Amino acid sequence: MQAQLAAKDIACRRGDRLLFSGLSLQCAAGDAVHIAGANGVGKSSLIRILAGLLRPYLGEVSHDGAMGLVDERLAMDENHTLRDALAFWERLDGCGDPGRALEVLQLDPLMDVPVRFLSTGQRKRAAMARLLNAAQPIWLLDEPLNGLDDQARKSVEALVALHCGGGGIAVVASHQPMALPRARMIALADYAK
Amino acid sequence: MSAALTLLRRDLGLLLPGGRGGGVLPLLFFIAVAMLFPFAVGPDAQLLARTGGGVIWVAALLAAILPLEKLVASDLEGGVFDQLHLRGVSEELAMAIRLIAHWLAFAPLLLLATLPAAALLGLSAETVRTVLLGLLAGTPGLAAVGLAVAALTASLRGGAALAGLMMIPLAVPILIFGAGALSRPDSSGLLLTAAISLGLCALAPFAAGAAIRAARED
Repeated sequence: MQAQLAAKDIACRRGDRLLFSGLSLQCAAGDAVHIAGANGVGKSSLIRILAGLLRPYLGEVSHDGAMGLVDERLAMDENHTLRDALAFWERLDGCGDPGRALEVLQLDPLMDVPVRFLSTGQRKRAAMARLLNAAQPIWLLDEPLNGLDDQARKSVEALVALHCGGGGIAVVASHQPMALPRARMIALADYAK
Repeated sequence: MSAALTLLRRDLGLLLPGGRGGGVLPLLFFIAVAMLFPFAVGPDAQLLARTGGGVIWVAALLAAILPLEKLVASDLEGGVFDQLHLRGVSEELAMAIRLIAHWLAFAPLLLLATLPAAALLGLSAETVRTVLLGLLAGTPGLAAVGLAVAALTASLRGGAALAGLMMIPLAVPILIFGAGALSRPDSSGLLLTAAISLGLCALAPFAAGAAIRAARED
């Protein structure tokens, strides 16, 4: 089955503010989309709408294939070590090769550190490791470069490129420029009312 | 099925004594309340024996409020339910599993602690038996009410205090029939307590799941 993700004419309202409207998106296998825009234009809301966590005010979202999400919330128990926290999600996702993600993201030295002591960038890398382990064809990334140093940033960009090269879909919301080959750019401000 | 077991293991690890929430605190609280009562009403053995069963029920209800704060809020805030949703684990299933874990983490130890509490109050063997059976029938209901209330208040500031306040009136039917069984010769009180518990356990995962979904919209 080919992964696909489609949004048709969606609008997003938060409180009494209409953030954007009339946005359509069509992603087939191998596509990368970069959603750009200033703070508060609705990038995170759009990602959550695509993930099915938030109902769009108007429009429809449909997808084929499992979706993986990386956002500002790590969803790991703060008192557990990174090893235990990742192991829980690996058991749930049925991961085949957890070692690869740790190597690429250089998490090995951090495995025995409790999650609450991880820095912003280390937390982002931990979330990316879970995403890699889960082998979901559709990636939804909300500000994946926040807090990352240059090297980690290059790793994440390479991982996204590799994922799309292998027939995956990546939708990335980021206010920072990001090196994604053949990525379509959507400036969310164009859809603001 | 294996996903459900994985989740249950995690929830038990979080809720059992030694987990993140200090699981023995409700028990110590329970015994402390049972201990306070004789100090307050005086050493009248007859009075204590007559009212002690009710005291244990009130202590159990109050102890059931203590774990509510950590039951749902931290996972909601941490985005755990979002990640589970993306993996096809519905909020209802996650809540049903948490209900089981919550009950396992709190009720068996509470039943055990009832024995020293009963000794402190000088209850007869017959009364202890009725109290234990009543708690066995009633604690699933208390856990269910607690879970639903914890989920409803998880996204609110000061939700923990509100959860305690909301739980008390909802738990009154369990208290009435459970403690009421002490003054009845037959087992009708126990059966009604079990029936209420069953109903609450069936409803709670849906109420709690809906509460988590609603919390995403704000």
